Amino acid sequence: MPNLSASKLDTCFDPFKIREDFPALSTRVHGKPLIYMDNAATAQRPQQMIEACTHYYSRLNANIHRGVHQLSEEATDRFESARDGMCEWINARTREEIIFTRGVTEGVNLVSQSFLRPGLKPVPWQLLCEQTGAELDVIRINDRGELLMDDFESRLSDRVKMLAMVHVSNSMGTINPVREMIAAARAHGIATLVDGAQSMPHMRVDVQQLDCDFYCISGHKMYAPTGIGVLYGRRELLQDMPPYQGGGDMIRRVTFEKSTYNDPPSRFEAGTPNIVGVIGLGATIEYLKSIDFEGAMAHEQSLLEHATAALSEIDGLRLVGTARNKSAVLSFTLDGIHPHDLGTMLDHQGIAIRTGHHCTMPLMDHFGLPGGTARASMAMYNTIDEVDALVAGIHKAAAILA
Amino acid sequence: MSLSDPTQQEIVEEFELLSDWTDRYQYIIDLGRKLPEFPVEQKTEANRLHGCQSQVWVVAETHDNSVHIEAISDSAIVSGLIALMLRVYNDRDAGTIVSTPPQFIDAIGLTNHLSPTRSNGLNALFQKIQSIARLTLAKQAS
Repeated sequence: MPNLSASKLDTCFDPFKIREDFPALSTRVHGKPLIYMDNAATAQRPQQMIEACTHYYSRLNANIHRGVHQLSEEATDRFESARDGMCEWINARTREEIIFTRGVTEGVNLVSQSFLRPGLKPVPWQLLCEQTGAELDVIRINDRGELLMDDFESRLSDRVKMLAMVHVSNSMGTINPVREMIAAARAHGIATLVDGAQSMPHMRVDVQQLDCDFYCISGHKMYAPTGIGVLYGRRELLQDMPPYQGGGDMIRRVTFEKSTYNDPPSRFEAGTPNIVGVIGLGATIEYLKSIDFEGAMAHEQSLLEHATAALSEIDGLRLVGTARNKSAVLSFTLDGIHPHDLGTMLDHQGIAIRTGHHCTMPLMDHFGLPGGTARASMAMYNTIDEVDALVAGIHKAAAILA
Repeated sequence: MSLSDPTQQEIVEEFELLSDWTDRYQYIIDLGRKLPEFPVEQKTEANRLHGCQSQVWVVAETHDNSVHIEAISDSAIVSGLIALMLRVYNDRDAGTIVSTPPQFIDAIGLTNHLSPTRSNGLNALFQKIQSIARLTLAKQAS
């Protein structure tokens, strides 16, 4: 007899059960149970991923794509099946559109060098402008931290070469309407790149539905190892892009006169890659497929709602970033209290948050916040109880600091 | 543990009386509030030490051998730590400053605040005090 109640339970997301998969969450800090709310900086890792990495090093360790021996073939299988896993997870058309990188940063650098300006040093946008005379145009935001669509549309023209944007803002949690923006950009023949560092752990991403040309992913923000990431690139574009680094695997045939480039993705994966990182990423995707991801998303939204309401009731607390469409990131300031001091006082209570500029200084200038903000960023394993502990922790911090 | 510098030993003994972290930080914050007022017009870019998480402003001058420092931070905790640091180093002669390591920070369990990676400006202040003292010594020698 089929066990109906069990299958129903599987679709009911339970954050307490999910927590058991993340060993670091049972750490104690300053003698208190860890409440980890710095997920936008890096997420914790599931046991399933940790075991896959351990298994690779202890049972499968070999270089890939080279050996004829069994270990190398098994390692290669695991490595390449992670590519298939990611291809399916973000709904790319083909596995060749999945390039392994070190993370979003390398993905952006790869595109800026190889797509926008082949032959130049890999640099992000501002440096690219300095080197080429290109202009960096910035879309304005409103006081909620939402991009102004009128402003965006007024900047579109045939002169624009690329639209680059974050899917979700790390400092405010704003979910940008990337699908609509990509459609508008494509109507002007503008290439599009989306930074998916903050979206991947918290929402379904479908690159075909978004119709973007490039999508950059960091593993460590989505419960996978550090030092690994993915650049999704539209196949037609990758096909015409030159390599970004020289080394093994990117070349089909070498003579002293000339080398012939390999096809993507190998063309962009020079040298021995981060094999364990890729295998860990693959295991993380398997893990995410095994849980009720939609349930996790709904849970995170309920954390956001609860935290927004609870924090708003604290005297002198100002939420920075109140977009209508938002992920569970709460950036805030407290009257008369420096974010650094608040963070220190919360740390002593076992609560890990981020304070400062979150590497978004122009944004902090926009909001007139020279000291930056305090930022609590949630993940699926955070609980309503932890949000309440955060609120109590802020009250205690304020009492000490006031 | 006993520290060779009597001022630092004094600080350590004061902190031993404070049993939990809230009292220790409360004390640090109070010390910060008692810092001499730092004139607003001195809070210039030139006097600013860069920290990622908080900012510190400092002015220093030398009288004969001794180094006089005034400093403040936008963070209450860092201001308190500045007060402790000034208690150890302010108006002391350059030779003593250079030969006195800040052992008290470690001894009162606040090591992470002085770490260069913490980037709260306190380490930058310590380096600044040391470099002024070294410069003073170098001038004397020449």
